[in-house]
Amino acid sequence: MLQIKNLHANINGKEILKGINLTVKPGEIHAIMGPNGSGKSTLASVLVGNPAFEVTEGEILFNGKDIFDLSPEDRSREGMFLSFQYPVEIPGVSMVNFMRAALNEHRKYNGLEPVSASDFLKLMREKRAVVEMDNKLSSRSVNEGFSGGEKKRNEIFQMAMLNPKLAILDETDSGLDIDALRIVANGVNQLKTPENAAIVITHYQRLLEYIKPDVVHVLYKGRIVKTAGPELALELEEKGYDWIKKEMGDE
Amino acid sequence: MQDSTDIISEVTSGDYKYGFVTNIDTEVIAKGLDENTVRIISAKKNEPEWMLEFRLKAYRHWLTLEMPTWPHLTIPKIDYQDIIYYAAPKKKEGPKSLDDVDPELLKTFDKLGIPLHEREHLAGVSGMAVDAVMDSVSVKTTFKENLAEKGIIFSSFSEAVHNHPDLVQKYLGSVVSYRDNFFAALNSAVFSDGSFVFIPKGVRCPMELSTYFRINTANTGQFERTLIVAEDDAYVSYLEGCTAPMRDENQLHAAIVEIIALERAEVKYSTVQNWYPGDKDGKGGIYNFVTKRGLCKGDFSKISWTQVETGSAITWKYPSCILAGDNSVGEFYSVAVTNNYQQADTGTKMVHLGRNTKSTIVSKGISAGHSQNSYRGLVKVSPRAENARNHSQCDSLLLSDHCGAHTFPYADVQNETAVIEHEATTSKINEDQIFYCNQRGISTEEAVGLIVNGYAREVMNKLPMEFAVEAQKLLSISLEGSVG
Repeated sequence: MLQIKNLHANINGKEILKGINLTVKPGEIHAIMGPNGSGKSTLASVLVGNPAFEVTEGEILFNGKDIFDLSPEDRSREGMFLSFQYPVEIPGVSMVNFMRAALNEHRKYNGLEPVSASDFLKLMREKRAVVEMDNKLSSRSVNEGFSGGEKKRNEIFQMAMLNPKLAILDETDSGLDIDALRIVANGVNQLKTPENAAIVITHYQRLLEYIKPDVVHVLYKGRIVKTAGPELALELEEKGYDWIKKEMGDE
Repeated sequence: MQDSTDIISEVTSGDYKYGFVTNIDTEVIAKGLDENTVRIISAKKNEPEWMLEFRLKAYRHWLTLEMPTWPHLTIPKIDYQDIIYYAAPKKKEGPKSLDDVDPELLKTFDKLGIPLHEREHLAGVSGMAVDAVMDSVSVKTTFKENLAEKGIIFSSFSEAVHNHPDLVQKYLGSVVSYRDNFFAALNSAVFSDGSFVFIPKGVRCPMELSTYFRINTANTGQFERTLIVAEDDAYVSYLEGCTAPMRDENQLHAAIVEIIALERAEVKYSTVQNWYPGDKDGKGGIYNFVTKRGLCKGDFSKISWTQVETGSAITWKYPSCILAGDNSVGEFYSVAVTNNYQQADTGTKMVHLGRNTKSTIVSKGISAGHSQNSYRGLVKVSPRAENARNHSQCDSLLLSDHCGAHTFPYADVQNETAVIEHEATTSKINEDQIFYCNQRGISTEEAVGLIVNGYAREVMNKLPMEFAVEAQKLLSISLEGSVG
């Protein structure tokens, strides 16, 4: 589904990603862990085409397509979804209008007619339940006045609405209390199918107790330095990142 | 409004969709303005002596005036002798039914999405009555008879001069005197048509009334007047729309709107102004110099202005309220969008004369391209206006690095019991917001439309339903290509 080959990327002229290789297959959940500043969020941003980052080398194929040929909106329409670490507030734009615009763009891309009002509201209702959000959601403005936990739940709600092939969760657990964490993780697990995949970016192992990864990678200084099964997450939880740094000959 | 979907598809399918010209036999008088021009216009309309006198007085006063220079606008010199002051689609004796209206005109308004066919099931229930004005004359007023049953007068201004001279004489110029300003004097001298609305005591107008202004003929100025009178306990919601063909030269539109609200009367006046704004390089477009004012004459009366301004090359317009009656209320809700080389200097005046009067001002300016967008407002509290209250909120949103947003709020408070609040913000459209939308599959263009509509929502919510959807689309369209 996703193949990243020798990916290098800069922000403001500084190289952050220094040759990433990663392959994700349908049905898999990959966790990307690593200390702060290792490039985890940069990787997520580059995948979805954030214009703040410049790709200097490498290749990313998503369902066989070179994604550097695709605009950020087309990557979304192709089925790539990012749950933002810091979801943006858009005052005055109701969730209904926002989601309908997004959904209809996806439908149009796939040659489908715009969704009918009743079907849309039904879908909203159904997907809202995935993250236990109440019916006030529809009339509220996008993320405006949402608590940290609500924002993250709203991300997963949008993910449920758009039903992506590849979901990228960027520090979705940060700032969540244990209840919100459970709700968010629950939502992600409900959306799991053998056809879709997820990349879970996290600093802590905590989230991975709820969302079980198939593969765990450690990103350090812009490179993936370790790849193993779920047991790697536990090892990191126990030992911290220092032993990785040591292995890399940094300390 | 049944045809709203047509309007929407029309509006959404590209740039300025109303730029076409109707090929119709038009009677025009020679270019230029002198006393004789005024007499010709009056004669064309077969006007009574008092109307001609009014015009001549205005014309003579106009000669003594200079164009105002205080607005934050760069207005190229206007040659008032190079304008045609009267252009009328040729017709038989005053159209009485739809059959008498030139099919070419019906087609034009059809194309503009303005229904001139009355639909039986709409009559008297909801829907909208329309007065359609092309160049200098009213082409057709719908639902006149249904409204007349309730004592409501809704007709072209010319007809009102003939059929209701007492009312017109009583109120004409009572809110906006021909002495008010340069453009008011000009309009008072040469105005050719417009709408007249009279809602008698205790009547709630059962449908939205609207006037649709269309400029068609080249080199022609449009000078129309609207006069709305709401007697005690009356209510009316009135809408105004306007478009013009795309032309390289600038055309002048100088209108006057006067509103009088008596005891406990309420008038809502909404405008979606979409005059041709000129092309990307600032060539052509309408000069829109308009004087709009409402007089809250009676106690507990209320006048509310809502405007969505997206068109015109230059806009100079300050819909205002004179709060004369005790406990009267004035409101001004505005969204003004400027793109490319458009210029707007717009705002309001709230003049508190009565006791316990209240006014609210919400202005949302949106500037893109190389445009200049100014809010200019005056809140005045007279010595006897005990307990006056005003809240003003003026926000500016910038969409490019080359545009300008300016705020000129004035307050003149002569009574110390007044409470005046003013809030203002200026912000730039946020790239993170746009990227967030992109990531959800929404294109940048559509994202800008969404964000801008969200920003303007407080004002858009004040528009009647029939207009709101159209206005939302219009906002997005006006800003196409302005970001990214």
